[in-house]
Amino acid sequence: MIEARGLTKRYGDTLAVDDLSFAVEPGKITGFLGPNGAGKTTTMRLILGLDHPTSGAVTVNGKAFAGLAYPMREVGALLDAKAVHGGRSAHNHLLCLAETNNLPRRRVDEVLALVGLTEVARKRSKGFSLGMGQRLGIAGALLGDPGILMFDEPVNGLDPEGILWIRNLMKALAAEGRTIFVSSHLMSEMENTADHLLVIGRGRLIADCTVPEFIAANSRQSVRVRTPQPAALSRVVAAAGGTVHEDGDGLMVVHGLGVSQVGDLAFDNSVRLHELAPAQASLEQAFMELTASSVQFHAGVPTERELQPANAGEVA
Amino acid sequence: MTTTAVPVSSTRAALPAARGRAGFGGALRSELTKIRSVRSTYWSLLALVVITIGIGALFALGRVQNFTQVPVGFQAAERARDIAQAAETSLFGLIVGQLVIAVLGALTITSEYSTGMIRTSLSVMPRRGVSLAAKAVVFGAIALVVGLVTSFASYFVGQAVLSTHHLNSTLGHPGVLRAVIGGGLFLAVCGLLSFGLGAVLRHTAGAITASIGLLFVLFILSGFLPENWAVHIDKWVPFNAGGAIWENQSGTAMFSPWVGFAVFCAYAAIALGAGFVLFRKRDA
Repeated sequence: MIEARGLTKRYGDTLAVDDLSFAVEPGKITGFLGPNGAGKTTTMRLILGLDHPTSGAVTVNGKAFAGLAYPMREVGALLDAKAVHGGRSAHNHLLCLAETNNLPRRRVDEVLALVGLTEVARKRSKGFSLGMGQRLGIAGALLGDPGILMFDEPVNGLDPEGILWIRNLMKALAAEGRTIFVSSHLMSEMENTADHLLVIGRGRLIADCTVPEFIAANSRQSVRVRTPQPAALSRVVAAAGGTVHEDGDGLMVVHGLGVSQVGDLAFDNSVRLHELAPAQASLEQAFMELTASSVQFHAGVPTERELQPANAGEVA
Repeated sequence: MTTTAVPVSSTRAALPAARGRAGFGGALRSELTKIRSVRSTYWSLLALVVITIGIGALFALGRVQNFTQVPVGFQAAERARDIAQAAETSLFGLIVGQLVIAVLGALTITSEYSTGMIRTSLSVMPRRGVSLAAKAVVFGAIALVVGLVTSFASYFVGQAVLSTHHLNSTLGHPGVLRAVIGGGLFLAVCGLLSFGLGAVLRHTAGAITASIGLLFVLFILSGFLPENWAVHIDKWVPFNAGGAIWENQSGTAMFSPWVGFAVFCAYAAIALGAGFVLFRKRDA
């Protein structure tokens, strides 16, 4: 259980984390979402005591992180896979971490096998690919067999196979009853893995709910309709309080009315329909709508990322 | 390498029950693993030994050459002077050796910052005082052992060169054993001073520059001081204070060996103290 109360961090003039209060519940995957620069990494650094909060506090299992008897047995964290000395072998890197918490030496070989790095255990990590570096970081997080695991953007830059591996690993870890706290700016990633969501923008918490709740609360309900009589349908929908968006080709998107309401209206007013379907709102859309006002670095011209779903180029 | 898309069925481990808490012992073992698992440690220690002994041997050879030029009638007086200075002659390489150990001292802490390892280190051992103390103790112990080996080896190699013309001393001569042990102590404290500066500056190039400035450049600059200033200031220059223990510093303007060394230790303590305070306080 990770609990933050009024957590605030200011760097000079920048308020990186602004009065965050949340609880990461045990035994679930909690997704920590936000656009780049929203304060996700800073929050994780505050949890681990790497940064000291300007005000407020955060506890892990009821204690400040630095007060935990054996930190590695309670929290395993992977904030930055590149935060290793590249001149040290994978085995020695893990060994020097394990020794700080009096963990048995054999545990190093166990986690190396777990992440599939046994063959390169004696190689210096500077020659590792991004995916191998990520595995080494995860091996380090698992050394103490902790109940809480924290990953900062774990799939960033990984190839599809690596992304799949991480996703399956997180699910397996959660299935064993561990608490997973994982940050991402990739909505689709969270949609696939998270049970619960914490969404932040500009350092502020803007949502704390389940994935379906998040979509339901943050995306406007819409209905897709195809009709040869668009003018007639527009009129009756408007009269009933809905709004219509014409996509051309006879396709219309109706906001503010349910599927059955639109169907009934068409029937009552003798408007012919060729298609009637609920439009699925994705987490992606919900997130874009919610954080649109809180993106820190807005480009003057909308970037491709803003026009497209944020992960259009990624393999989900 | 091949990747396995599906992780192993269970990641649960059978760890022994936790007793007590992560503390200094584990931190010491970890720091020892860290320092002995990177190549730069071995290269810098090898450089320290080779350069210090080599320069001492060359300097001794210079003394021997010089002696052979002295007219026969003056040789007795020259021999007495050379024997009195035989220890310091053979330890002359410490002037460069101090810079090599300073580089290693700085790197021991700054490499954690340049690689980003510090964030990983502190997220497994967040009690920062314990962490930095363990690092300082491990480095200090290695620097002391290697420093003593270097100093004794320099002395014996130098004496072997000097003995070709019977200009050598033995460890039994007054002040010689103190000077040779002092050479090792001097190297260890140089390293720790630089380690402290490294913890303050967190930047390899900055820490090395600061150390060299303090140990070497101040010493050179002090040579330009007017005489009436020099008598008051010279002895406080770090190199002069630290060198008192192994150099034959003539003149009343200098500290006695152990007082000078204590002053030098105080400089290192200030750097280490500042390093500790900032290391605990700052964001990593």
